[in-house]
Amino acid sequence: MSTLDPLKLAGAKPKGKRPFFFKDQDVERVLAVTMAIAQEVGVMRERLDTVERLLEEKGTVTRADIEAYTPAKPVAEERGAWTQEYLARILRVYQQEIEGLDKPNEASSEEIGHELAQKD
Amino acid sequence: MSDSKTYDGPPDYRNVGLHGMSPETSHDEKARFNFLAHLNRHLAANILPGVKTAYETRVKPNNSSPAHRHDVRKALLEDPLFQNWSALRRGTMELRQQAGRWVTIRQAESLNAKAKEMTDGDARLVLDPNLIIPNYLAKIDHHCMPGSYHDELVPGDVTGAANYDVGIFVTTGGGLGRFSDGGGEAVVAWMKKNRPDFAPKRILDIGGGLGQNVVPIAKAYPDAEVVCVDTGAPVLRYGLARAKSMGVENITFVQANAEDLSMYEDGHFDWVQSTMFLHETSVKAMPRIMKESHRLLAPGGLVMHVEQPQYAKDMPLYEQAIRDWDAFYNNEPFWTKMHELDLDQWMIDAGFERGELLHGGVAAVVDADLFPQHANDEVEDFGRKAAWHIVGAEKRAA
Repeated sequence: MSTLDPLKLAGAKPKGKRPFFFKDQDVERVLAVTMAIAQEVGVMRERLDTVERLLEEKGTVTRADIEAYTPAKPVAEERGAWTQEYLARILRVYQQEIEGLDKPNEASSEEIGHELAQKD
Repeated sequence: MSDSKTYDGPPDYRNVGLHGMSPETSHDEKARFNFLAHLNRHLAANILPGVKTAYETRVKPNNSSPAHRHDVRKALLEDPLFQNWSALRRGTMELRQQAGRWVTIRQAESLNAKAKEMTDGDARLVLDPNLIIPNYLAKIDHHCMPGSYHDELVPGDVTGAANYDVGIFVTTGGGLGRFSDGGGEAVVAWMKKNRPDFAPKRILDIGGGLGQNVVPIAKAYPDAEVVCVDTGAPVLRYGLARAKSMGVENITFVQANAEDLSMYEDGHFDWVQSTMFLHETSVKAMPRIMKESHRLLAPGGLVMHVEQPQYAKDMPLYEQAIRDWDAFYNNEPFWTKMHELDLDQWMIDAGFERGELLHGGVAAVVDADLFPQHANDEVEDFGRKAAWHIVGAEKRAA
């Protein structure tokens, strides 16, 4: 056992004042927490995928099997593609903002609804 | 997996090459590195291009004719998409540091014992406990890496070096290859192609850290005596143990400041190399480092500095501003100034003649079956792409 406290030291602050980018720093803190949780969900999904594949292959699974598991390249690519899909899902809001950038004057549903309600 | 698209993401962390100092990683720790490599890639591939569109469509029209990259950056700071990309990119670096430190510090005792066993009494580890860490390294923890290259949590500590080693995969999405040595391999490939008969007897790598880029050089020139200089004892200890475990026996790791290498005579080295080092120094230190490099170089020898491209006049200000991101928001404070300097003039001021200067470009050389080849990649994570410029000089033979 290490005499150091890895949990406390792992998250230590680096020397140098931290920059914040949002006008409301609390929103940025929430984003940081959200992405850390997203990371842990990704980790859990990879573990579940490992368990499923081991079960398919052997019918049983031990924790040691999970630790020793190494996906073959096509399997690693399937798992990588899932992670890409996962990130695209949770970061969708940015995709849509980017797609809308070249349409700054795009009409809203409210505006179109107003227009459609006119007789002439 | 969708059948309509070829997979273009990072490889699995389990492809990273193991050596005798590699920390053990659990299934979930590997999965965490995988997620973070993907997140970095997602930010570069899917969000950063949007930042450029945001700049062109809603930032630039309100900030006509910026005179300098700093004007562009300050205008970008007001844009919500740049703010979000930046917050995500900074947060990802913090997650990466936490993930790597957790892995290495939880096994500090065994890693430190292994390093001690492999380096104790070995003349190829030359430490100087009285060395003063230069201010450009002491004032800030580069790339948000707590403790930087030099702090020790306990005597004989190598955990910081091990953390740096395991995390390179994450930051570059595997772009530096199995042993994170794509830069060193690229330098070797350049040398073998451009100077096929070069047979250096002594090679010096300055700011070489844990030696990931000098190991391929030492392997390519097995008869050469190689010296890796750095200010950090943890990276040097780890570096010697790592190199030995990979069967590389011709590197001596020396704790010293590259501004003063007076322990070596004039003309002692045939090749002086730095790889992604100058940007972590300062305007005051660089002339001294360059003068030392010139002094230490034997006639007929080569000095090569490998860095990301300089901010040439023809580089768009937007690209310069994005390349500057690491300087302002990832604790690489000298990055911005270094990249605007006239490195040719600095080399001339250090003693080289203009006719002796050489320039080139190199891209990471990796095992392309397993790792992405960023040289051919359309996605560019500015400032972190595994492709670099060489600014160097060849000292005329006497």
